[in-house]
This record gives sequence, structure tokens and C-alpha cells, in this order.
Amino acid sequence: MFRRRPEARPAPRDRLVDVYVAGAVVRVPEGASAAAAVLLSGAPAIRTTPVSGAPRLPYCMIGICFDCLAEIDGVANRQACLVPVAPGMRIEPQQGPRAARPHHNAPEAA
Amino acid sequence: MISATQTLQGETRDAIVVGGGLVGAAIAYGLQRQGLSTLMLDEGDIAHRASRGNFGLIWVQSKGLGAPHYQHWTHGSAQAWPGLAEDLSEATGIGVGLHQPGGLHFCFSDAEMAQRDALMGQLRREAGNAGYEYRMLSVAELRDMVPGLGPKVVGASWTPYDGHASPLHLLRALHAAFQRAGGHYRPNARVEAVTAAPHDFSVSLGTAIVRAPRLVLASGLGNADLAPLVGLAAPLRPERGQILVTERTREVLALPTHVVRQTDEGSLLLGDSKEDMGFDTLSQTPAIMRAIAQRAVQTFPWIAELNIVRAWAALRVMSPDGKPIYDESERCPGAFLANCHSGVTLAGAHAHLLAPMIAAGALAPEMSPFSARRFDVQKAA
Repeated sequence: MFRRRPEARPAPRDRLVDVYVAGAVVRVPEGASAAAAVLLSGAPAIRTTPVSGAPRLPYCMIGICFDCLAEIDGVANRQACLVPVAPGMRIEPQQGPRAARPHHNAPEAA
Repeated sequence: MISATQTLQGETRDAIVVGGGLVGAAIAYGLQRQGLSTLMLDEGDIAHRASRGNFGLIWVQSKGLGAPHYQHWTHGSAQAWPGLAEDLSEATGIGVGLHQPGGLHFCFSDAEMAQRDALMGQLRREAGNAGYEYRMLSVAELRDMVPGLGPKVVGASWTPYDGHASPLHLLRALHAAFQRAGGHYRPNARVEAVTAAPHDFSVSLGTAIVRAPRLVLASGLGNADLAPLVGLAAPLRPERGQILVTERTREVLALPTHVVRQTDEGSLLLGDSKEDMGFDTLSQTPAIMRAIAQRAVQTFPWIAELNIVRAWAALRVMSPDGKPIYDESERCPGAFLANCHSGVTLAGAHAHLLAPMIAAGALAPEMSPFSARRFDVQKAA
């Protein structure tokens, strides 16, 4: 459904990075957002809503709608459209509300 | 057909409640349930709207030290809450998210624990026959109740009476139940003037005049200006509180605490700040927000990795001694006043205990310590 615009980035500077969306490798231009990688991956959904469990994909792509929430490199509930890709990035679906992690070694209070 | 304007100008009810927040709506709902045709007047969004900023605790512990009437009232409201929630749910289908598993107040030193124990013990002595159950819990006991306590927590006090609910769902349910019972709600109805005679009150809304033999002032900080019109006093000041809200998480906190609670929807609410900022709810004070966050993280370090998604400030309705004011006018019988900063905690009492008194025409004798006459220096002297 989604593909890259060929004219968007000139060929010589078109460096690509590999990221993982729900475990599948997706090749995207450097500087693209994690949400763009999600759309290019063809995944049917990247999150389910906390209340009704409805499936969602990135929508606004400008940090407003929160429909691109994903677990990125182990951090829950990130807005994927605001996160630039990095080589080897792991973008996992956000299923409903995130877990709080009371038994995880949380950072000390400042 | 009678036009709307003619109807309005001739409108006469059994009771008029000024205020459409949690206090006004609970009383109006209670009056309507008593069979009184009741009109609830709501100023609009220019009002200070304390009910929209409420934290949502039903909190009994630590309320009413040295004031057994207040402890009794708060305790009675907590006991009335399950019935209120059930009635509202039956009448409207709206669940208010009531949970009353008891609540925790954390202590961070042995001295704090001893001080807290002394305070709770005094409350128990003052409770008399009404009873007041509480326990001081060690960290080992707390570990079974709440997850991931911070290393600085030394213990907590617990009473079984505490709980929490959604203030917004409660407000909506009270309004819906009031109207379904036949109550009349008028939004954007600012009181411009009041003409008072015994058991005969006319309230001017600018374009309309409404009349009733009973008038209840429940307009929060707005009562300060309205009370003198019917021979009452409401010496109130705004006390600002701020709340931070985290992203939703799966259920993690089974009990409410005095500084953190988890809503049914999964958000963690962090709060309990106090500021004197006049009527200002817009200026941000980062130091206060930081202190709220730090105290939450000191209690539960795992909160630090959650994102804050919202924050707001609202104004508590504070009397000089912090306790509620309930009053009836001697000069204008039929006029009543209700003010408190605990619109959620006291909703059960307002709907089930206070409204029947107002319907019957007089506050019960045990309500007299709540009168604003306690602030009258000449009478106190």
C-alpha cells in the first residue's frame, strides 16, 4: 500500500538502513521515521488501543494522533513518527496499555 | 403554546441549587430524589470548576483531627458511597469507577511513623462508638499490597474506609441521574441577583427570574459573594493544587494512596500539592510539578520511566480551618449553604444525608459545628 517516493531523496545520498518491524527486516532511507518503516513494512497494525483493543497504524505522521505508538528498542509507548530510524532498530507493536515495571530496575529519581 | 421565555419568567420550583459541580449536583440529585422539584443552576465554564480538577480520592484517614463531627461526617459519606454508586449506575448506566479497598499514607522515617500512629490513635479515640479502624503497616506488609516500593519508604498507615472514584464520571452520573429523576438543569446560568424573604427566594439570571421556597448555595468559591445576600457568610480562599497524569499502564496499583492513584483507564494520577496563587490556574510552577513527580518516584521508583501526558491546576475551596461549611440562614429561613474541598469524598453524605435535611427544612443539630459562625470572633470569644 505504501512505497517510497523515488524523487524524495536524490540517489547519491540515498543511504539505506535496515530496521526490524515486528521482527521483519525493512529497508528505509536514513533519516526516515520509525512510523515510515512501519508503513513500508506492510504490517496490518502497530498498536491496539488500551480501551477497545482496536488495531491502529500511523496516521498523522506529525506527532499529534498517537496512533503510531510502538515499543521501540524496548521503550514502550513511543510515538514512532517522531523517532528517526537507526540501523538495527527494533520496532514492536504496542499492544494496549504499556506495562508499568515495578520489578524492573527503574532509574533513580533525580 | 407557551413560549420558552414566558415559562422561564414564571418558573417556580421547590428548590433552587446554585452550583452544578460535584457539591451542587449531589445535593440537587438528593433533593430531587426526595420528591422536590429542583432547579440546578450552573454558571458555565467561566466558573472555577474545582470538580473538573479533582484528584478522585474518597479519603477518610487524617480528616477531622480534633473535630469528631467532621470525622463522623466523612466516615458516614464513605459508608454511603457504595449505595450512591449503585443508585447512579442503575439510574444512568454510568459506572463511576468506585473502589474502596482502603488507602495508604506513606511515611519516610521512624519519626514520621510514630507521629502518624499518634494522629491515627487520636482519631480513633475521638471516633468514640462510631469506631475507627486503622493499622500501621511495615514495609514487609506493604510489599504484599503494592509493588515496587522505594527504599526510603518506612511504612504506611491504612484505613479500610478509603477509596477512589472518577470525579468526571461521578459528575456526569449525578447530572444524568438528577435529570432522569425529573430535575431541571440550566447551564450558563449566572446568578445576577437574589431577592430573599423567608421561604421565598427569587433568583435573577439576567433574562429570567426563578423562584423557590428553598435556596441552596453550592457554588464553591462563588459562595463568598452569594452568601451575604441571604444572611450567611462563606469566608473562603482558593488553594491551588496541581496534578500530573502519566500514560496509561496495565493495572499495577490495587490501592489508592494519598499522592498516587491509578484510574480504571490505567492512568496514574500524581498530586497533592498546595499553593497560594489566588485565582490563577494558568501560570506554571515547575518547582511544584517537580516536587509532585519526585515524591511519587520516591514512593514508587518505577513511575520515573512513565511519560507524563497531561497536567493541570485547580482551586480547592478552602475555609479558614480547612473544614467544610454547612449553614442555614436565620435571617432568611429556607436558605442553605454548602462548601467543602472534598466533592468526591463527601458526595455520599451530600446526596444521602444533607439533601434530606434540606428537604425537611432544617439541618440536623449535629451539623451546628459546621456553621460559619465558628469563624465569628465575638461569638468564639
